[in-house]
Amino acid sequence: MNAGKKMPRPPEEEGVVLTPEQLRRRRARNIAIASVLGFLAVLFYVVTIVKLGPNVLNRPL
Amino acid sequence: MRDEPASLTNSEPYAFVAAGEGLASPRDYFELLKPRVMSLVIFTALVGLVRAPGDVHPVIAFTALLCIAVGAGAAGALNMWWDADIDAIMSRTRKRPVPSGRVSAREALAFGLTLSAFSVVVLGLLVNALAGALLAFTIFFYVVIYTMWLKRSTPQNIVIGGAAGAFPPLVAWAAASGTVSLEPVLLFAIIFFWTPPHFWALALYRADDYARAGVPMLPVTAGPDETRLQILLYTLFLVPLAASPSVLGYAGYAYGAVAVLAGAWMITLAWRVFRRREGETAVRAAKSLFGFSIVYLFALFATLLGEAVIGGLLR
Repeated sequence: MNAGKKMPRPPEEEGVVLTPEQLRRRRARNIAIASVLGFLAVLFYVVTIVKLGPNVLNRPL
Repeated sequence: MRDEPASLTNSEPYAFVAAGEGLASPRDYFELLKPRVMSLVIFTALVGLVRAPGDVHPVIAFTALLCIAVGAGAAGALNMWWDADIDAIMSRTRKRPVPSGRVSAREALAFGLTLSAFSVVVLGLLVNALAGALLAFTIFFYVVIYTMWLKRSTPQNIVIGGAAGAFPPLVAWAAASGTVSLEPVLLFAIIFFWTPPHFWALALYRADDYARAGVPMLPVTAGPDETRLQILLYTLFLVPLAASPSVLGYAGYAYGAVAVLAGAWMITLAWRVFRRREGETAVRAAKSLFGFSIVYLFALFATLLGEAVIGGLLR
């Protein structure tokens, strides 16, 4: 449209503007996802140690 | 095109806002997992895990329990995605996240599928393949066989579909021992035959809801009297079945006593439901049976758990 030339838009029209409540919920979701990912990283680490046992140190260089 | 205001709501990047997506809080997602059902799943799975032969490392046991709980929750989310239309009609379910608009159907679907795949793969890789396969079958059974197929097509929906809720102790047993034997099959059978009288007692006083939503529950299709008879017959079969682990030597005297005493009260309540057919007394009888059926199942499994824990301590 506009023969390839883009008209500059005012900043307030750029994208979706979230309400404070939506921002709060997005932040809560982000924290929840980060917590779950962190928990899974710890769980997988611990399970690896448990399953490998002493063999976890058996690492020929 | 994006420079034209009218196209804002139609263009793909903004479609999710129009669909009400991205507005949910973590609590809404947690609700999608049906936490109350999940708590029963965790409890019965714990019993299967503790009673299974062999020693399982506590971290592996915790991982198994977590995967079973998340798998069950994922099945619940997929159930809410598929049933959003009828959930919106029934008073018991209309406040669920999807019909109330807090979570979009697309988000519930993605959430359920992701957690299903993740729980099955993690259980299969970190615990054992049999447990992973059984969990996958449980989710498939609940979502496809029960939710998509049976629920809206036959009054036997919760009879057959009840198998999905009965699988968790079996999955947990497989997770702990790598095998399946008669004892976990008995635990499965107890929950399987407990489900119809439990759900039909609820359906008796929620029949209007189910009728409005077009769900062919037994009180809607066969009438309340036939439902009362079926509740009594299933309860009469359930009570001796629930006592059988004691008779077969899988459980001790404490379990036998609880199974007989609580079972006698279950039969009494089922008999009251059968006899009281009119007015407020009929509703009260159905509510009493529904409420006590939860206590009954909890008491059975709690005693099994207690016997296993005490037996383990005395060894």
